[in-house]
Amino acid sequence: MTVPPKSADAAVELRPKLVGQRIKRTEDPRLLTGSGRYVDDIALPGMLHVAVRRSDQPHARILSIDVGEAFSIPGVLAIFDARDIEADILPAIPTSRMDGYYATPIRPLAQDKVRYAGEPVVAVVAESRYAAEDALEQITIAYEPLPFAIRQVDAVEPGAPLLHAEAGSNVIIARQFQRGDVDAAIAAAPLVVRGRFRMTRKTAVPMENRSYLADWDKRRRALTLHTSSNIPGIVRDVLADCLDLPGNRLRVVAPDVGGSFGGKGSLNHEEMLVCVLAKKLERAVKFTADRMEDLTAMSQAFDELIDAELAVDAEGRLLGLRADVIGDIGAYSIYPWTGALEPVQVVSFLPGPYRMEHYRGRVRGVLTPKPPTGPYRGVGRPSSTFAMERLIDMAARRLGLDPVEIRRRNLVTAEEFPYRTGSGIIWDKSAFQECLDGACADYPALVQARDAARAEGRLVGIGLASYAELTGIGSRIAVAPGMPINTGTETAAIRIDATGAVTAAFGISSHGQGLETTLAQIVADELGCRFEDVEIQHGDSDLVPMGTGTYASRSAVLGGGAATKSARVVKTKVLKAAAHLMDVPMEDLEAENGLIRARSSNAVLTFKEVARAVYSQMGRIPYDQREDLVAEETYDPYLGTASASTHLAMVEVDRDTFGVTVTHFVVAEDCGRIINPLIVEGQVHGAVAQGIGAALLEEVVHDDEGQLLTASLADYLVPVATNMPPIGIVHIEADLPNNLGGFRGMGEGGTIGAPAAIANAISDALSPVGIEIDTLPATPERLFRLVEAAKARMARDKPAE
Amino acid sequence: MTARPEITITVNGIAHTRAVDPRLLLSDFLRHELGLTGTHVGCEHGVCGACTILLDGRSARSCLLLAVQLDGAAIETVESLGTLERLGRVQEAFRSHHALQCGFCTPGFLMTITDMLRHHPLESDAEIREALSGNICRCTGYEHIVNAVRELARERGPLK
Repeated sequence: MTVPPKSADAAVELRPKLVGQRIKRTEDPRLLTGSGRYVDDIALPGMLHVAVRRSDQPHARILSIDVGEAFSIPGVLAIFDARDIEADILPAIPTSRMDGYYATPIRPLAQDKVRYAGEPVVAVVAESRYAAEDALEQITIAYEPLPFAIRQVDAVEPGAPLLHAEAGSNVIIARQFQRGDVDAAIAAAPLVVRGRFRMTRKTAVPMENRSYLADWDKRRRALTLHTSSNIPGIVRDVLADCLDLPGNRLRVVAPDVGGSFGGKGSLNHEEMLVCVLAKKLERAVKFTADRMEDLTAMSQAFDELIDAELAVDAEGRLLGLRADVIGDIGAYSIYPWTGALEPVQVVSFLPGPYRMEHYRGRVRGVLTPKPPTGPYRGVGRPSSTFAMERLIDMAARRLGLDPVEIRRRNLVTAEEFPYRTGSGIIWDKSAFQECLDGACADYPALVQARDAARAEGRLVGIGLASYAELTGIGSRIAVAPGMPINTGTETAAIRIDATGAVTAAFGISSHGQGLETTLAQIVADELGCRFEDVEIQHGDSDLVPMGTGTYASRSAVLGGGAATKSARVVKTKVLKAAAHLMDVPMEDLEAENGLIRARSSNAVLTFKEVARAVYSQMGRIPYDQREDLVAEETYDPYLGTASASTHLAMVEVDRDTFGVTVTHFVVAEDCGRIINPLIVEGQVHGAVAQGIGAALLEEVVHDDEGQLLTASLADYLVPVATNMPPIGIVHIEADLPNNLGGFRGMGEGGTIGAPAAIANAISDALSPVGIEIDTLPATPERLFRLVEAAKARMARDKPAE
Repeated sequence: MTARPEITITVNGIAHTRAVDPRLLLSDFLRHELGLTGTHVGCEHGVCGACTILLDGRSARSCLLLAVQLDGAAIETVESLGTLERLGRVQEAFRSHHALQCGFCTPGFLMTITDMLRHHPLESDAEIREALSGNICRCTGYEHIVNAVRELARERGPLK
């Protein structure tokens, strides 16, 4: 179902033909036939393999490293620790403008100390991965164990053992957002609900493990890094500094990348490592992580403790919210986003899409001996939405209000836009109320079904979650607070060459999103050429001067905007040339589907004929008016766009096993103008699946000794086909945003709404025993313990006979 | 050093005779010895299904098999299903239903589904989801894959 736009927006000048259609993807034939080219598929002549010996200690001083008989293993060529490469590469420093922040240096191999179990310590280079792994077993590392605090509640305490002594504290991030007088609002409120909410540590689990291949060109003294990254441009820029190589001798290429979801969106130790080893050895050097290494050492996510109190009046209107958040950022602040990315977003987005005057959100980011947290689909907002949507349902239950009604009363309405939240985020032109209505079309029938099931003694519940997110953010705010890299612009270089072929090159880096298809739809529409004549290039730092990649739901907005701008410039040049060739005024020409026609005559030229005349046929265009058919334009949406959604989940909790089945799921979302509905639906399905994983299955567990207990896919559970219900999607295209094209970002949203909706549904299902879910994932074990505790509480509270 | 036994494995109809290390995984044999990089390795512990191939006609995890144990066996990989110019039927259904995104798990799904279509009724969505439940996809949420398989199962009709 698609709700038509309320009004046509003057900013949208497209006359869509391809945009909006369910175009089959250009990427598919190669990926379906096994002809994709992921980093590990690339084999270069003389290529060597690296295996990494990792720390088995959470916090320890490295006393000695003994390589034993490692060199007796055939094929082993070299072994390195931090001292061997210290002079060859500078650490990456994830700087930030935040007050009181400490930037932990990032090195390829641990120097002097290790700070999490799994941190790379020694690298073995061999002619095969098998030989390199054999050598690892020969190496003995002597450690002096150092004290540590593995839980964030302990690590924030003033006397806690320090992980980075130079920082002077484990707390390296502290921020506060405030508006109004929340203490007074809470003190005076008729009802205050509170809780301590936690989405436990999680990891992205892209199906392709991380893989890096560096190749040193002796002749040019140049390095090419092939990397399974979604930020090749950022990696190029930072490694240029670390390796002291200019950008024209350092190329970073992300070929086909097997998913990221944020996990491949930061600089990695091993990415630095292969570069420095390739340069030292003057050979191609490859590292490919196995699953255990990725589960152990890839960036992780979530892991905030959120103490929050919500004040409401007797009609359920939100008065104020007070929150104290401790984010466990792991052992290092990640490059380039810093450890602030995840926890600070939690307090930025906690007020949600609601009208609420008073707010104070305080956040601390604390170092613990675990892998660093970094970007993961939704960043901060899955946790903030979980806490806020739980509080709203808790308030509704106390007031006897329906969960739909309390949201309707508090969601910002179209008339109130632009609306500034208590944390300073500005919501504008987004379908908050319409999404609630869209998700709840079948709500009365579902309530009836739930009540009927309950009458049979079944534990069935319905849950809602409404949220809004900023997507396609321009230069007004950094994607991560205080971070000094530019995330607000993207460039498209479009050229028509002498054969009439169209090449559009970008700084973005598609890794499953289908941008080769969607950007070609935009280019073909804007240029008037044929879809099949457009080649989209991306994922290569050599394509445009600066491009940061694909993350933060930005590529449709920024890449699409840059494509539109560049295509319009090229089109003008094509029409100018055609006007000379056809001897008609330029205004009389239009380009469509690869043909340039004059409205006033039957004259027609193909793009190929115009290109040939411009480039290869001397004298056909006056020499002083001839222009190459190229453009390289940069787009900055400045503010960015707000994407909104409401999710509705229905669940059943098994009375015996406490397993949760999601029986019904609906997403109503406003992602602006849809470029390709097939791709939008695929993104929603996939993001909701990860949200269901976060709600029910996925949890990185470190024990009190700092050891990872979930180091295989048999222990870290992700959803399979039988965990997923069919997902209903309601597209709402309300007032279009002001950015070029009217697109909004939508790749992350499903993961933001689903955990909260499911937590609310489980709480509804268990409301007869008075359980409010405050920790996700809601595993059978957690639910069993909650129910046992609730039974004990009820038995205790029951008056003695 | 251990002896390197000589084995002959037929892959996609072509017999390959090689001396192999006894510990060489079939997945590495396919990818690195034969250059058939369409078979992907996602976990190397048999959970994710990305490396699924057909062994004598039935789906199997190539990361849990050693090449040395497969002397005389017939293996089919994703490269046997179709070409870029002419996709096979399962591949075409995946494309029209947008049943893949990053493509990394896709070869494993295609091989599993090829086996399931030959041997399982797949009469309901529940059966289809059960048949797919040994393969992990992190991108699609499975719905488009289920849609593709439903179409293929209907087209095939009841099992003979």
